[in-house]
Amino acid sequence: MRRYFGRKFLIYGLTFFLAVTVDWLIPRFMPGDPISNILSRSLLNAEGAQQMYDYYERVFGLDLPVWQQYLNFWGSLLHGDLGISAYLFPQPVTRVIWRAVPYDAFLLLPSILLSWWAGNKFGAYAARTKRLDNTILPIGYILTATPYMWLGILLAWIFGIVLGIFPIAGAYSYSMQPHLSWLFIKDVILHWFLPFASLFLVGFGGWAIGMRNMIIYELEADYSHYLEALGAPRSLIRKYAFRNAILPQLTGLALQLGVIVAGALVTEVVFSYPGIGYLLLSAIQNQDYFLIQGCFLFIIIGILIANFAIDIAYVIVDPRTRMGMLGDSS
Amino acid sequence: MIERLRNNEFLFFAFRNKRLRVGLFIVLFFLALTLVGPLLAKYDPSEYAAYGSHPPSAEYWFGTTTFGQDVFSQFVLGLRATFLVGMIGGGLGTLIGVVVGFTAGYNGGIIDEVLNILTNIVLVIPTLAILLIIAAYLNVRGIVAESIFIGCTAWPWAARAIRAQTFSLRTREFVDLSKLSGMKSGKIIFTEIAPNMMSYLVMTFILQFGGAILNAATLDFIGLGPTSTISLGLMMQYSVLWGALQLGQWWWFMPPGIAITAIVGAMYIMNVGLDEVFNPKLREM
Repeated sequence: MRRYFGRKFLIYGLTFFLAVTVDWLIPRFMPGDPISNILSRSLLNAEGAQQMYDYYERVFGLDLPVWQQYLNFWGSLLHGDLGISAYLFPQPVTRVIWRAVPYDAFLLLPSILLSWWAGNKFGAYAARTKRLDNTILPIGYILTATPYMWLGILLAWIFGIVLGIFPIAGAYSYSMQPHLSWLFIKDVILHWFLPFASLFLVGFGGWAIGMRNMIIYELEADYSHYLEALGAPRSLIRKYAFRNAILPQLTGLALQLGVIVAGALVTEVVFSYPGIGYLLLSAIQNQDYFLIQGCFLFIIIGILIANFAIDIAYVIVDPRTRMGMLGDSS
Repeated sequence: MIERLRNNEFLFFAFRNKRLRVGLFIVLFFLALTLVGPLLAKYDPSEYAAYGSHPPSAEYWFGTTTFGQDVFSQFVLGLRATFLVGMIGGGLGTLIGVVVGFTAGYNGGIIDEVLNILTNIVLVIPTLAILLIIAAYLNVRGIVAESIFIGCTAWPWAARAIRAQTFSLRTREFVDLSKLSGMKSGKIIFTEIAPNMMSYLVMTFILQFGGAILNAATLDFIGLGPTSTISLGLMMQYSVLWGALQLGQWWWFMPPGIAITAIVGAMYIMNVGLDEVFNPKLREM
């Protein structure tokens, strides 16, 4: 088990290091430097512009040697300082992001966990049940092939515009102030439901299909046939098949995280839901490099934490990792 | 002779497989539309063909956008972009995955270890975040460039899967025999190992193809798609941006979504069909 976690930590450490380096590179490689962008808004003569340029260069620490800039970036990062947002000036990036994170957690955690759980249950149930397999699984394929934003657009149009049941923009009504009352909670849930539903449905289709395919493979495995020959009841064989099939699904969840986050990003854009995705889009449109850096970093950290949680779950579910029998296949 | 028999058996089951037939039909239908569509389109995709927005009619088959652009013309051109991204992005993703997977799986040892760590790192970093940054660097972007980025970030799961397959194949007797007879590693991989997992490689390509299309749509939707031409993702972005939802212009955002869903869904269904064709255990008798 120590070897298992040792490997994982090595990979996560390297990933984090690389991600931060890429993050540091963002403003430095973007077309046009940020200082010129700031200066182009003010009317200055050439001499004044040069002075202002030097001033800003000192303020942002861009006059230091590159390696020093890089080390400084790590230093301020470890102090939780991500700079000041230009788009929401003069708020610090960290505060802007912390304000968006709860919405992401509120949207992503239930949709990921519920779609995974429900998809697996349903897929296992549908496998080798002819009627379900032929009627409902095509729906699963359609769902998993649907681009996230399009399902969002579709749901918003049907339930928001045509039927008018759900609101389609924001996390709560613009006429309301956040406060603790049933009215407000109901409002928040109404706004949350459609983005949640579109994330849930796409995920559900994928997990159901994955599980169905895994179960079919497991039911053809030797141990299943052996159990069958021994006269074990069908439900027992399926139970064993399920326990074996859940492992790849767990790995699959780790593999899919990036895709799910990307999906959440565009879903938030469709519904103007004020999470990190929506923030990132505004940051890109306004060329707010510090905010882009911050969002990128938070997404990476979120994914690393989620990956780690899945690793722990893997140890709990799969006894072989505990015994140290599984070196590199996971 | 034996080779031909084998091929015939494969084709026999391929044509009998309903899933494969349905999937192939849908993909070919859209492919045909991509090829014939531009001949049927009466307007230039960016041309302001009408005054304002019209619902679908005999003149404007899929209606027009808020600005009076013909949706059908945009749609067929967008389809071409979609297939292009799928071919280039999916192809490149598969290629890198194959190279990394074969190298790691066949050689083992330290090479395997290093490539494994590399794969895991690329796996963990969300593809979209990287694509966002690359796309933001370039002010002028084309579809080919977009596809290449997508391909370069989509390969890890393919590499991992192919590595695992190679790993189990390389200890078989026929590989040992080839080694004893003095064959070079590269030749062993391509003449002994690759043919044994051809079906697997084909399926990997299909999944990469679908994944590349979805990735491109996501990227286009947040405004980081091609700047010089139209794509299905861009159509969706414009429709949302210009309030097609609120104005009830369903003809603007329905076609691109339906096309992407149909193509990618058909790919997935084909994949299951192929799985059943290649793997006799899965065939339902």
